[in-house]
Amino acid sequence: MRPAMRKALACGAVPFLALVGALPFVNRVHPIVLGLPFVLFWILAWVALTPVFLWLADRFLRRDRGGKDGDA
Amino acid sequence: MTAALAIILGVILGSAALGFFAGRRVPMNLENWTVGGRKFGVIVIWLLMAGEVYTTFTFLGASGWAFAKGAPTYYILIYGTLAYTLSFFILPEIWKIGKREGLHTQPDFFSHLFQSRPLGVLVAVVGILSILPYLQLQLAGLGLIVQAASDGAVSSTVAILLAFALTTAFVLTSGLRGSAWVSVVKDVLMLAAVGVVGFGIPKIFFGGIGPMFRALIDKAPEHLVFPGAAPTMGVPWVMSTVLLTGMGFYMWPQLFGTAFSAKSDRIIRRNAVIMPLYQIPVVLVFFVGFTAFLTLPGLKNGDLSLLVLVKQAYPAWFLGFVGAAGAVTAMVPASVLVLSAAALLSKNVYRAGFRPRATDAEVMRVSRWMVLLVSAAALVFALLLPNALVNLLLIGYDGVAQLFPGVVLGLFWKRIHRNGVLAGLLSGLAVAGFLVFGKHDPLFGLNAGFVALAVNAAVTVVVSLAARPKR
Repeated sequence: MRPAMRKALACGAVPFLALVGALPFVNRVHPIVLGLPFVLFWILAWVALTPVFLWLADRFLRRDRGGKDGDA
Repeated sequence: MTAALAIILGVILGSAALGFFAGRRVPMNLENWTVGGRKFGVIVIWLLMAGEVYTTFTFLGASGWAFAKGAPTYYILIYGTLAYTLSFFILPEIWKIGKREGLHTQPDFFSHLFQSRPLGVLVAVVGILSILPYLQLQLAGLGLIVQAASDGAVSSTVAILLAFALTTAFVLTSGLRGSAWVSVVKDVLMLAAVGVVGFGIPKIFFGGIGPMFRALIDKAPEHLVFPGAAPTMGVPWVMSTVLLTGMGFYMWPQLFGTAFSAKSDRIIRRNAVIMPLYQIPVVLVFFVGFTAFLTLPGLKNGDLSLLVLVKQAYPAWFLGFVGAAGAVTAMVPASVLVLSAAALLSKNVYRAGFRPRATDAEVMRVSRWMVLLVSAAALVFALLLPNALVNLLLIGYDGVAQLFPGVVLGLFWKRIHRNGVLAGLLSGLAVAGFLVFGKHDPLFGLNAGFVALAVNAAVTVVVSLAARPKR
């Protein structure tokens, strides 16, 4: 596997760790954050953060191809 | 005519007209019809995928679950996000093969990848059996929303007949392009409606989202953490369910097929990056369901909680607007479901199973007839036999998710063998059917479909290794 793909997969694993693996530890009402029960805040925050990690993954893959392949 | 009724009818007719004209200047061959000529850019793909993903379930089901079950409804936020993350890695590979080989449907992909026509036919049958009840569900949701939003002025039956006849018409003329254009209307209306009620309803009843949650935490804090009011839906259930549905998501034939319509693999990747953001507004629907939990304790059918609260809190024309948004929200996924089922039937059952030498033009002709057939069948089920497909619906997601191991291992594992995929798929379906219909779902707290998926993956690997011994 190319190193860029390995890095991209690592980025892709983050949402799984946060939104599946961490659930047993965040299933609680308190502390209340931004008015939301903690577990809902946690889930919402990671849904919003997922694009950041996918964007990073995309950057690794694009750099690997020299960024010259455009839309191909 | 009341304002509410005028808005509902105007939006339904206007959307259908837009879909109707969307394909007028394009010659309708199989390529243009099923995959939009493979010309969709990042914006159209986003609108279309978002259009397919947000169904009537978003409107009625997510609030209904928040009302009746509580926290388990959060799973909707999670599984979509996982599905987009997986799609980032998988869909571009599917697109590349589709482009190179000129594939149009999910069974095309299976029969090409594993060089097996029977496997393609089996995948097509699984797809069609999953699509039909899902389509019926969209129609039933549409009827429910319009009837409630028009305050009974338009009966559920009339709403279903009218909206679905128009949907079928624009599928026939415009194919996938029609759905993409109507998606624009749908996404705008739906986001507007969800935005207004999601912030508005907690504010009207409690003075804001924070105070609403404070009241809920005082009264029933357990409603807000897993398992909420559903004893079988604890953390293990949520974890296994989001994995199952996250993996199964793009295995729905209509969503899988959308991948082929993109102009490039790059567009699919970019789309996957932004899609999770579109998931966020679902939380607003939860807020409505939670408000209903506090204010409508006697409500029998939780799926109606959103409509009942809107009716209490807003003028009648706004209820009409929500109804209109709900109607288009059913029409777009319904159109893509009909189109996909017709393509599966004509290309992957009719041609692959019975008439291998049929030309593309003939398949296209048959496809149009299949649109009518599928639409008629869905109407019969929705209007006359509402309970006939309940069992299929129960197992729909579990069923399509069983295609996941074949797709992923087929793309990334060199030793995969078609017999492994076939054996895995059949055993996965058998286990899912046995567990769900034998009332063993959940099994040891885990989603039965997930258990079936694990069996499926293991069988796929073992049989493949046995079929391709190392020399």
